[in-house]
Amino acid sequence: MTIIAPNLGAAARGTAATRRMTRGANPADRAYQAVVTALALALPALLLALIVELTINAWPSIERFGWAFVFTATWDPVADVYGAGPLIFGTLASSVVALLLAVPMAFSVAIFLTEFAPRWLRRPLGFLVELLAAVPSVVYGLWGIFVLIPFLRTVVVPPLKAAFGWLPFFQGVFYGNSMLAGGIILAVMVVPYIAAVSREVLNAVPSSQREAALALGATRWEAVWMAVLPYGRAGLVGAVMLGLGRALGETMAVTMVIGNRHDISLSLLQPGYTMAAAIANEFSEATTSLYLSALFEVGLTLFVITVLVNAAARLLVWRTAPGRAVGTRAL
Amino acid sequence: MTALVGMLSALAVLPLILIFGYLILKGASSLNLEFFLSNPVPAGQSGGGVAHAIVGSGIIVGLAALVGLPVGIGAGIFLAEYGSGRLGWTVRFVADVLNGTPSIIIGIFAWTWIVRPQGHFSAFAGAVALAVILIPLVARTTEEMVRLVPHSLREAALALGYPRWRTSLSIVVRTALAGIVTGGLVGVARVAGETAPLLFTTLGNLNFSTHVTEPMQALPLQIYVYATGPFPEWHRLAWAASLVLILLVFGLALVARRVAANRYGTR
Repeated sequence: MTIIAPNLGAAARGTAATRRMTRGANPADRAYQAVVTALALALPALLLALIVELTINAWPSIERFGWAFVFTATWDPVADVYGAGPLIFGTLASSVVALLLAVPMAFSVAIFLTEFAPRWLRRPLGFLVELLAAVPSVVYGLWGIFVLIPFLRTVVVPPLKAAFGWLPFFQGVFYGNSMLAGGIILAVMVVPYIAAVSREVLNAVPSSQREAALALGATRWEAVWMAVLPYGRAGLVGAVMLGLGRALGETMAVTMVIGNRHDISLSLLQPGYTMAAAIANEFSEATTSLYLSALFEVGLTLFVITVLVNAAARLLVWRTAPGRAVGTRAL
Repeated sequence: MTALVGMLSALAVLPLILIFGYLILKGASSLNLEFFLSNPVPAGQSGGGVAHAIVGSGIIVGLAALVGLPVGIGAGIFLAEYGSGRLGWTVRFVADVLNGTPSIIIGIFAWTWIVRPQGHFSAFAGAVALAVILIPLVARTTEEMVRLVPHSLREAALALGYPRWRTSLSIVVRTALAGIVTGGLVGVARVAGETAPLLFTTLGNLNFSTHVTEPMQALPLQIYVYATGPFPEWHRLAWAASLVLILLVFGLALVARRVAANRYGTR
């Protein structure tokens, strides 16, 4: 293998030396490599164009408001003053609510599929979770408006308020569109992503880990809890961060149920707003150029946050399952 | 604990069953010939259909696939065949960054890039936005599929005196073709359901239009408008349109699995 590989040159291994060696070999080969390289360069070019466009368009707002943009809560198109504090808060809060609900379910699916499920159940269950990832965002939104919110209003919230109404998280009157509804919809949407990556991570845990624990007298659950999960911890954290990245940038379903109000409230029953939802709602209504620029700055902020979260997620997942194309597909 | 894990797994799948159930319950009765063949009627009147949105979605997604698939597949071949150096690492990282970028941001990017210079909304701009989402997605799945091809195949072809480009195209890519097609179909299914990138690019259109240089309606956009509108009649149409959209998306995903299963005989 090691003898043959250099002859395959760049095609298989591609050290600089072999690339030089084979470069002049065949004009058609060179043309082929040039074509696929050019197509691949489209990706960095797109990213660069994206960053440049966002920055240029956000610049007037960045120049005008500085850091106050991120930390103030005034969003007043009439006075042309913009502060994205509530948007950033709402984005983070709805994502945290979503993760709190989604992580136990997603990990359960991953553990169940890799460790406990009978063989005949693995494929259908995996397929169902995969389909969950294929449901378009706007359909989740529709379902949220007409099924989830009425259900919350009549069945879930009254007892919740009765029992925990004294907590700051359940203050105020519940009208339907709320942080709670947004968080639940997001939770349903990110479960398949977290489950898919966690499953890959758990599959990458060597079976000697399980066998060693079982040999020491652990039950199957103890083997999972004490040997498999700790081994995959970095990867599982990565899976959660990947879900976080999805939740932060999700637009349509959230816009349709979260209430869209520029306001910071600890109560889950009150309306909130997210960065992506603000862009979706206000972009076409932006009347002044500073308004538009502020929305671009919101977009830039969201972009930077998701890039950081995703990069961290990938590095973590690669620690347990090296080199996987993480998150390009569910299960 | 095992039982708890099983129960939570069931709970995770429950929304899918609920959503599908409601779509059929509330949408299926509205699916008739009129729904598929006619365009919207003025607000407040009953009846009307989404022919314009179905055709629009087909055109926009088709254009996006036409632009996005060749670039994505080419980039994927590059990553698998020549992607071991620094450039390969960069392209791979960039593809992952773009895959994680919220689609609404791709939407405003397409707006600054195409809509603003041209001065008008167009189906073409929407197709470009969807293609930008499609390219990194397809690049990564193509790379994975091409990497699965055994080295012995490539070595055999090279030993027979095939030039590298023919080895790559007619042996390696040919072998991975089913997988590449699957990846492409899954990608197309995913962008077909996207709404956010179309909001400021194709804009939507209440009339039937096949001009790619003009605003056009797409199924997800129409659902958004109907679902958030005030009329019960619109809500009825939103459920029906959602059922159609989800059947299209699931259909594509199922075809994709079929293609993969035929080739590898597994899954």
